[in-house]
Amino acid sequence: MGWIGETVDSIKSIKIRQLLTQAITLGMIVTSALIIWKTLMCVTGTESPVVVVLSESMEPGFQRGDVLFLHMTKEPIRAGEIVVFNVDGRDIPIVHRAIKVHERQNTGHVDVLTKGDNNDVDDIGLYADGQFWLHRQHIMGRAIGFLPYVGWMTIIMSEKPIVKYILIGALGLLVITSKD
Amino acid sequence: MHSFGYRANALLTFAVTILAFMCAICHSLITSILNINWFQKQPHGNDEVSLTLNITADLQSLFTWNTKQVFAFVAPEYKTSKNSLNQVSLWDAIIPEKEHAKFWIQISNKYRFIDQGHNLRGKDFNLTLHWHVMPKTGKMFADKIVMSGYRLPDAYR
Repeated sequence: MGWIGETVDSIKSIKIRQLLTQAITLGMIVTSALIIWKTLMCVTGTESPVVVVLSESMEPGFQRGDVLFLHMTKEPIRAGEIVVFNVDGRDIPIVHRAIKVHERQNTGHVDVLTKGDNNDVDDIGLYADGQFWLHRQHIMGRAIGFLPYVGWMTIIMSEKPIVKYILIGALGLLVITSKD
Repeated sequence: MHSFGYRANALLTFAVTILAFMCAICHSLITSILNINWFQKQPHGNDEVSLTLNITADLQSLFTWNTKQVFAFVAPEYKTSKNSLNQVSLWDAIIPEKEHAKFWIQISNKYRFIDQGHNLRGKDFNLTLHWHVMPKTGKMFADKIVMSGYRLPDAYR
């Protein structure tokens, strides 16, 4: 019975090794993605360097499903810039164009009014009660470039979370079963 | 290393990289002419002006194979004792095609020209025509032309 014990031991040790290697590989992939994301945040100066367009208020320029690249600098906001902003109390950021800008002497504080290109009225109705202007703290970044259609995956995954789980499951399975 | 799969993958990656590069380096020259005349003024708390704008522009050279639309707008820029810069968009338009990029239009201001205060009497301002080019893919860019020498009336009308 000694050789059975030996065989079982050797099988056990191989499995553990393989398992550990694959767990580390998976961990590496996830960590690399995180590193890239955080670096992007540093380079672009904004908390969300990439956003997906969800509404039609900027058509035909931006369509639902487009991915926008954002950048934020210390430069003050100017009229015509497309900004991504958060309104207090709402969690979905809005991507619209600044149409009015008033910058204070000395402090550099700016009042900004925005409007979606495809909307008939400006965004006063979207701001919080009693708020007439956006300020620096509401603005997350300026849109500087975009890729069409690529964002549809995110929209589908948030509207039908089951797709997200299926995808992650499939990816995990692929990594575990790969022979490399 | 020499399978069809590897080769197809390498070719596709190369093609997409070249395409991305081509989208990025696209740029163009601009020419435009603009001419404005103006009108009345009504105060109500903050100063407000109503103007008639006469806009002539030729933005056709902005359109390339990678241009989806050009967003043009006109905004006066002026300074007050409270604000180092005020920009108030008065009119804008989305130009979807080259054929529509050469135009002449005479209209009242689309958006209200309201100051933060009572600073507009006799105010000197620059009128700027801005254009924002939105590509089919890639980096957006913008530029403007500034016409100085405009001045609002010294008294309310």
